[in-house]
Amino acid sequence: MKKYDINEKMDVREILNDLENYRPKRRGWVWREKKDQFEMSDHIYSDCSEPLNNSIGIPAAVQYFDNLDPQPQETITTEIASGRFEDDIRRMRMAAWHGADHLMVIRTAGQSHYDGLIEGSPQGIGGIPVTRKQVRAQRKALDFIEEEVGRPINYHSYVSGVAGPDIAVMFAEEGVNGAHQDPQYNVLYRNINMVRSFVDAAESKKVMAWADIAQIDGAHNANATARDAWKVMPELMVQHAINSIFSYKVGMKKENICLSTVPPSAAPVPCTKYDLPYAVALRDLFDEYKMRAQQNTKYITSSSREATVTHVLNMMISKLTRADIQSTITPDEGRNVPWHMNNIEACDTAKQTLVGLDGLLEMVELKQEGYLPEKVRELKERAVLYLEELIEVGGYFEAVEKGFFVDSGMYPERNGDGIGRKINGGVGVGTVYKRDNDYMAPVTAHFGNNNVAQYDKNAVDNPSILIDGCTFEKPEKIIYIDELDENDNVNTRLDESEKYRNSNLVKPEVEWLADGTVVVELCLPTSKRVAEFAAIEFAKKMNLKDPEVIHVEVLHPAEGIRVQVKGKVDFDVDISKLEIPQEPEVWSFEELWEEIEQHPMKVVAATVGEDEHSVGLREIIDIKHGGIEKFGIEVEYLGTSCPVEKLVDAAIEVNADAILASTIISHDDIHYKNMRKIHELCIEKGIRDRIIIACGGTQVTPEIAVQNGIDAGFGRGSKGIHVATFLVKKRKEMQNEN
Amino acid sequence: MKGYLKRQDDFQVRRQHLANLSDEELKQRFWKLAEQAVEPLLELARTNTSPSIERSVLLRMGFSSLEAKPLVENAIDRGLIGKGVGHVVYRISKEKKIPLRQAGLEMIEGKHWDDAVAIFKGGNE
Repeated sequence: MKKYDINEKMDVREILNDLENYRPKRRGWVWREKKDQFEMSDHIYSDCSEPLNNSIGIPAAVQYFDNLDPQPQETITTEIASGRFEDDIRRMRMAAWHGADHLMVIRTAGQSHYDGLIEGSPQGIGGIPVTRKQVRAQRKALDFIEEEVGRPINYHSYVSGVAGPDIAVMFAEEGVNGAHQDPQYNVLYRNINMVRSFVDAAESKKVMAWADIAQIDGAHNANATARDAWKVMPELMVQHAINSIFSYKVGMKKENICLSTVPPSAAPVPCTKYDLPYAVALRDLFDEYKMRAQQNTKYITSSSREATVTHVLNMMISKLTRADIQSTITPDEGRNVPWHMNNIEACDTAKQTLVGLDGLLEMVELKQEGYLPEKVRELKERAVLYLEELIEVGGYFEAVEKGFFVDSGMYPERNGDGIGRKINGGVGVGTVYKRDNDYMAPVTAHFGNNNVAQYDKNAVDNPSILIDGCTFEKPEKIIYIDELDENDNVNTRLDESEKYRNSNLVKPEVEWLADGTVVVELCLPTSKRVAEFAAIEFAKKMNLKDPEVIHVEVLHPAEGIRVQVKGKVDFDVDISKLEIPQEPEVWSFEELWEEIEQHPMKVVAATVGEDEHSVGLREIIDIKHGGIEKFGIEVEYLGTSCPVEKLVDAAIEVNADAILASTIISHDDIHYKNMRKIHELCIEKGIRDRIIIACGGTQVTPEIAVQNGIDAGFGRGSKGIHVATFLVKKRKEMQNEN
Repeated sequence: MKGYLKRQDDFQVRRQHLANLSDEELKQRFWKLAEQAVEPLLELARTNTSPSIERSVLLRMGFSSLEAKPLVENAIDRGLIGKGVGHVVYRISKEKKIPLRQAGLEMIEGKHWDDAVAIFKGGNE
């Protein structure tokens, strides 16, 4: 695979080129390695892993900490599947840069019931059809991306449905690193025959074990399906146990068996009272297994803020107990298939929270008496009672038939509303066949009776030597199918969007190249239903096509309604025709130092107006943060909420070369009004021609600042060196004029 | 209604025999029961096969998904799936002294099945 410069886009056509001969460079799951007491930028991290070679930290890291980007010890998952794998590849690169190392690909609707492998690259709905071609292309791209970021990336999809073993083999051959596999998922949620599901599952798991694929179970679905999610807690532990011990007995190692666990409840219920005891009970019982913690989605809404808070609360549970994989749910999960930026937000939320809670258990511990341990014990006992009755009625199949699972009662309470399935029912019923005594399969990683000895006693432990190695030993034996549908495939899709690929034309997107989707946010002073329809009208007048309300919140039934509307733009921008002002010039440290040493400079600085923000200005000033003091500039700092009169008077008093004003609050354009005030006051006092005025703040647009009479404005992302460079240049310019 | 059992929460009554177990004993009991629950399922898996399992065997033997499907269907039609579909192809390749892939591809065309039925006597052993 071609190596790309970090400023260069990946070329999907290049990835697809020669794909038939591509072999993944490695196999198996990789965990992050915890680094004890790891030092980064003068801070000691207790629960972090090796940082990346290329990454983007959370926004505060970028703005204030020189992109300090510690990586938590937990594997971070993000789910990416827009229906077009070629666009998902691009999002995978973005997610990897933000700290995801477990990229999960959701399958297209209906693949569970497809009896065989799907081939080619048809477009999917709510996911992609997981085919060999798409898997290989994505693994190929990830083989490059993991080198770019400097950390192995685990690629993941699903081994379920009626073609589980087929898919497991394809995944093993293609270097897939993680997969969902849980026959109970087939049975309960896909109504696939239970006998078929368990017989197939053993083969799938055996293959996954050979390929060192980490397994995630499907128990979390009970959470999402149950009427009151916190009442299925005893059952969840039973479901986890059945899949875990079944997998282990088939041959999977325990460190590759991950429980998909979700805190069952969410605010406004007192969720920690349910979620924490449950998390503790689960980890006590399953201490030998891995935990894949996911966010609660049962109670998710279209509010991305609320989803983010749930995510953070759930990660608190992870930190107080244990998570080996921290899965992320995108803040837009409650309203659409995730968009690019929301995968990134979710990864950032995870990173921010987990790093923010670094070392938590060195400082606090869970109580050993009282409510918590009592509840933990109760949950474990309820789970044991569940298993006792399951055995008593004749075993797992009988229990499913009798509607044990996903009942809305907290076991042993039963409400009679569980999901029941028939042993002799469901998709694929009657497709399980008894193996004869001479049954034989000359391949590696085959589960169960296999009479290889009838041909060669020496082949018993290695059946594939009968055929001189199977595809697991000889990948060149894999038969690659490119495309089966001449219209529904990646080449057609690439041709359709070719205009926007590596050209001067750009169009906004959220899922697919040039999909044109944008979001407009409005606050309308009317009632809810009126606001929804008015918002659509606004969107239409803004020339948005197919406008659709994606979120509504009542701020007050009559005073204000918040509405978010999505729509599509049907025009593009030619970036070659843009007039883009040059980036600010920056002098070197030595140049600035020398200049200030020869010609000392003094400035007065303050946050002006009724404004208590000080961080931004301190960053610009303080020597510690690379501020202007570092270059020898003398600063008289007057603090926050400083009247502009006081600032100008101070400048006169100390005979300053410049005034630096921080203007964070921008309500009613107060920041620009203050700039003009400073300018006018300096004229009034007769110093304007010999003093430099520079103002900054997160909402400052440099051009508009200058229009308000001052010499320079500094917006988001400005650093001390930008300001220092400006000051010395401006002073020289003024000296020349005079 | 589905006719499944309804029951009030009788946890306090039911738990009596667990009340005196230590946490460790409770945990051991949990896992013992779980093992007991899956043992018959594992036995079922050891002694049975399915179209998907057989396709997965053929994939590993170097056939494509498009080739594996008709081979399995043909074997089911002739009552040979209990032998293992990969086995049937392997045996034909040996008997006819032709490469494995060639044997499979010819069988997809309909050849060799009568021989296969004869070799395996068409039924259970």
